[in-house]
Amino acid sequence: MIDAIRLPWRETTIVGIAPVTRRVKSFRLAVAFDRPVVAGQHVDVRLTAPDGYQARRSYSIASAPSDDGTIELLVDGLPDGEVSGFFDGIAEVGDTLEVRGPIGGAFVWRPEDGGPLLLVGGGSGVVPLLAMLRHRAVAAPEVPALLLYSARAVDEVLAHAELVRRAETEAGFQLMLHLTGDGGRRIDAAVIATALKRLGGPRHTFICGANPFVTAASNLLVGAGLEPRTIRTERFGG
Amino acid sequence: MSTRGFTGRPPPEATRTRLPPGQTRTEDFPVLQIGPNPRIDLETWCFTLRAGSRPLKSWSWTAFERLPRTRWAGDIHCVTQWSKFDTRWEGVSVDDLLADAGVEAPTAYALAEGYDDYTTNVPFADLTGGRAMVATHYDGAPLSLDHGGPARLLVPHLYFWKSAKWLKGLRFTQKDEGGFWEMRGYHMYGDPWREQRFTGD
Ligand SMILES: Cc1cc2nc3c(=O)[nH]c(=O)nc-3n(C[C@H](O)[C@H](O)[C@H](O)COP(=O)(O)OP(=O)(O)OC[C@H]3O[C@@H](n4cnc5c(N)ncnc54)[C@H](O)[C@@H]3O)c2cc1C
Repeated sequence: MIDAIRLPWRETTIVGIAPVTRRVKSFRLAVAFDRPVVAGQHVDVRLTAPDGYQARRSYSIASAPSDDGTIELLVDGLPDGEVSGFFDGIAEVGDTLEVRGPIGGAFVWRPEDGGPLLLVGGGSGVVPLLAMLRHRAVAAPEVPALLLYSARAVDEVLAHAELVRRAETEAGFQLMLHLTGDGGRRIDAAVIATALKRLGGPRHTFICGANPFVTAASNLLVGAGLEPRTIRTERFGG
Repeated sequence: MSTRGFTGRPPPEATRTRLPPGQTRTEDFPVLQIGPNPRIDLETWCFTLRAGSRPLKSWSWTAFERLPRTRWAGDIHCVTQWSKFDTRWEGVSVDDLLADAGVEAPTAYALAEGYDDYTTNVPFADLTGGRAMVATHYDGAPLSLDHGGPARLLVPHLYFWKSAKWLKGLRFTQKDEGGFWEMRGYHMYGDPWREQRFTGD
């Protein structure tokens, strides 16, 4: 199945901006893609300077696949970030920018893929996992899922209230927040063992975050006996 | 049309001319792969050239280490928009592998196969004539597992997803068969200078 559809750049308008944490903001973009979004995919964003110079970066889609003609991105504003700094400090509702997508065919979950579903996210790496959880809730609530989410501090947890509410109200969804604090208490074998015990053996595992986080988490999970081909990883950089 | 308020941080002119369209220079060496690192033991490591399913020749790690060595230095470009300049690699050229096997390319296409079951297609002409190697060293040291060690394909003139990590073999195919990413909407060829990221680019 070679997908012969092109991925053109499209102009999109920012239709909503909301603060999420001190550093992260939510951006809702009005964009009509040629094909449906699958949870876990990302878009490429392209910004153009007056002299024609362009910068591009990838951002995961945080919203569940839907046909309302919008997607949500959650952008962590890095102090010197060329593109995330634009989102953080300049972008306003009504601005237009270019995106292409949806992109990605490996780090994706569809309701028919089933579960149990183990989602492991570090920092803003939780964004594509959020899309999977949001999609699961409407399309496959019977699929058992556990999110193991590592963040520095509780006020840096994205969609915190939503995740807590889901864990309380959605049967079959469990949330494990792991706060590293300033000392950087990393996810270790004991945390992984607890997650696996609570969920049972996962059929699919998705790990996303900065490079060292993804490497550490995937080594731990393979060490805990998970079959490598059931694990998919996405690295945001770093 | 420009994006309101965006001025950006264009790199110096000398960098810009070395960057294919849409790429950004990085000093890091980002890691990209679909899953965990496989576990590979040099005792059982084996590299096989095949024509379809028929093996042409296999090398153990000890035999592989005795093959003639090749070096290459230059820029590499990943489809996720980063480029890294002046990388230094060492390994065995595909020309030398074929010579050691005593075979000529039986078809015009090849699929590179990794220990993680990853595959990617490359036209044979892009693998020979000194254009590709099976790399075992990066920057003077044995290639780390994170970067595809003990041996990965290196086809630096194409986007880096073509440079399959944890290589276990090259398979000649009758026609141009898409590999893992190519079946998922990525370009069959992947030339960074023509910006062939996705099907149809
Ligand atoms: C598939 C994919 C999906 C992604 N999804 C998201 C997402 O949903 N939300 C999101 O916020 N980002 C996401 N990213 C990261 C995003 O693409 C950019 O890399 C990020 O916004 C930084 O770009 P920038 O232009 O602001 O920074 P740059 O100008 O490129 O970098 C500025 C400085 O910050 C440093 N830096 C860059 N990244 C980091 C980091 N992560 N932590 C600390 N320092 C850093 C750089 O080394 C540099 O010194 C994703 C990346 C990928 C590949």
